[in-house]
Amino acid sequence: MKILVCITHVPDTTAKISFTDDNTKFNSDGVQYIIGPYDDYALARAVELKEASGGTVTVLNVGTSETEPTIRKALAIGADDAIRIDAEPTDSYFVAEQIANHAKDAGYDLIMMGRESIDFNGGMVHGMVGELLGLPAISPVMKLDIEGQTAKLAREIEGGKEYLELDLPFIAGCQEPIAEWKIPNMRGIMSARSKKLEVLAPSDASEAVKLQQYELPPAKGDVKMIDADNVGELVKLLKNEAKVI
Amino acid sequence: MDFGLNENQEMIAQMVRDFGAKEITPHRDQWDEEQHFPIDVMKKLGGLGLMGVLVPQEYGGSGFGYEEYVTAILELAKVDPSIGLSMAAHNSLCTGHILQFANDEQKKRWLPKLATAEWIGAWGLTEPNTGSDAGNMKTTAVQDGDYWVINGAKNWITHGKSGDVAVVIVRTGETGDSHGMTAFVVERGTEGFKGGRKENKLGMRLSETAEMIFEDCRVHKDNMLGNVGEGFIQSMKVLDGGRISIAALSLGIAEGAYEAALAYSKERHQFNQPISSFQGIAFKLADMATELEGAKLLTFQAADLKNKGKSVNKESAMAKYYASEVAVKNSVEAVQIFGGYGYTKDYPVEKYYRDSKLCTIGEGTSEIQKLVISRAILKE
Ligand SMILES: Cc1cc2nc3c(=O)[nH]c(=O)nc-3n(C[C@H](O)[C@H](O)[C@H](O)COP(=O)(O)OP(=O)(O)OC[C@H]3O[C@@H](n4cnc5c(N)ncnc54)[C@H](O)[C@@H]3O)c2cc1C
Repeated sequence: MKILVCITHVPDTTAKISFTDDNTKFNSDGVQYIIGPYDDYALARAVELKEASGGTVTVLNVGTSETEPTIRKALAIGADDAIRIDAEPTDSYFVAEQIANHAKDAGYDLIMMGRESIDFNGGMVHGMVGELLGLPAISPVMKLDIEGQTAKLAREIEGGKEYLELDLPFIAGCQEPIAEWKIPNMRGIMSARSKKLEVLAPSDASEAVKLQQYELPPAKGDVKMIDADNVGELVKLLKNEAKVI
Repeated sequence: MDFGLNENQEMIAQMVRDFGAKEITPHRDQWDEEQHFPIDVMKKLGGLGLMGVLVPQEYGGSGFGYEEYVTAILELAKVDPSIGLSMAAHNSLCTGHILQFANDEQKKRWLPKLATAEWIGAWGLTEPNTGSDAGNMKTTAVQDGDYWVINGAKNWITHGKSGDVAVVIVRTGETGDSHGMTAFVVERGTEGFKGGRKENKLGMRLSETAEMIFEDCRVHKDNMLGNVGEGFIQSMKVLDGGRISIAALSLGIAEGAYEAALAYSKERHQFNQPISSFQGIAFKLADMATELEGAKLLTFQAADLKNKGKSVNKESAMAKYYASEVAVKNSVEAVQIFGGYGYTKDYPVEKYYRDSKLCTIGEGTSEIQKLVISRAILKE
């Protein structure tokens, strides 16, 4: 089985967020980058599927050269080779087009990625890739097993779960508990350096959305402590100051 | 010259942090309290390739160099210094001695088990009456046909009870003769070899420190490392490398304590301002940060020389001496910056404070490092 896992290169979940250039650029100074946590689940499950029934796992990232350490980490975790499409990932549609252009003739049996990135959290790329390739796209997939050419999966829906069966190939947007994150080992780290990381030029694609400006949420105000016996005061403050009741 | 971490080191650091957060941190305080040595954690470290970092892949190891090794210990020590100590002792001392001085057959026999942590290793040089003066050891081995019969005791041995295999250095010649000692590998289960008392320690409480007792313990001559009379010289060379790992351990403590103190100093307010705004605290942080960087440079210098196969006798002693003193100092200052909270087990600096002191003692005290350094520079 030939699996493609698309990964994002995103700020660590604990990174301090700030902007430069009149709030038009993300300030990456001192920011640690990681594989998108949802993509990391997809990757972990892909590696498990490969280990169980053979095949290959290719990771793909649309990004500039600074994403390579993140791609190497995916190789250390167990992907066999990697592709970096050398372009700034400007918006979901642009990224989806790059992925679809690469994947359309590459013969993947399964394309996996996170349910969403954790920088812009659009959650749209899997759906768009499915549309562009004319394949089903399902998200968020929490359980995925493959038997022959058939996939059995569980998807989270409002208030419950849905169990589905469909034929390969398709696109899966993944989330926990599809697998446990894998910690690479020393051998993986050593072998990551010698695995193939191919850099491809981006295909022509339009930038559908232009980013105007970022805005941080307002800073949190001070906390007011109110004595547990003083419920009247609490109600007064909620009504007059916080204006929530 | 490149002073940054390479890509491997970045990945290793991340891997150790992820592993520590999942497997160690949630249990750390309880294990510290109970002085529990978590063997299963050591086995999992083996699964990650951290128990044979320097062992070539042909012997089942990871085949990395000293830079990556230092990074792994440093990061592990930030999570828990005592697991860092156990990892360092296993890699540098027991495994390191075999790696450096065993013949190929012996390497094939023991290294794959050690590098994967199927077996935990111990290394016995110190005795109750001979620590710094290890060359005066009293434990003896006497030849009897194809066997050597060992009698005596080693103490302060990391993994002395739980280790599956130990390298021991014992007297085979005259007292006072540096060629009067020989190294043997003794496997657990060998008749006459047993673990003794486990020490109840101030810090490093997750790392087992115990006695090893030898009573007419017969060890086959195939278990001898190198030749008769080479054991003490070998162990001094093992310690030259081992000291880099104690320097790395010290860096982890120094960095962990510093980072905790830095963060706390910005959050804690007194007199309506963060305590970091007081020069008395800010200057402490400046000293901690500067000395930490200095210790790092010394340690990575020694690691670099070791990788290049050069002598590191003086440089590893300098790194170990300086980094260990910085670890103690930074953790003392971190407790001071945390004030009363630093004196409790609710914050990590209390543990760094207790754990740090081992670094100026184990694998040669600070005084002994100064002896090594001064001898080297006076000879130059
Ligand atoms: C947690 C822990 C783990 C250990 N693990 C191991 C292990 O795995 N294997 C092993 O073999 N050993 C191990 N050791 C032993 C350790 O290496 C010794 O404790 C250390 O070498 C010091 O020896 P000592 O304790 O006998 O102190 P001593 O040698 O008695 O020293 C006492 C004091 O005298 C000073 N002193 C001694 N000689 C001189 C001198 N010539 N000039 C100036 N000052 C001097 C020392 O610096 C020290 O301050 C471990 C120790 C600890 C605490």
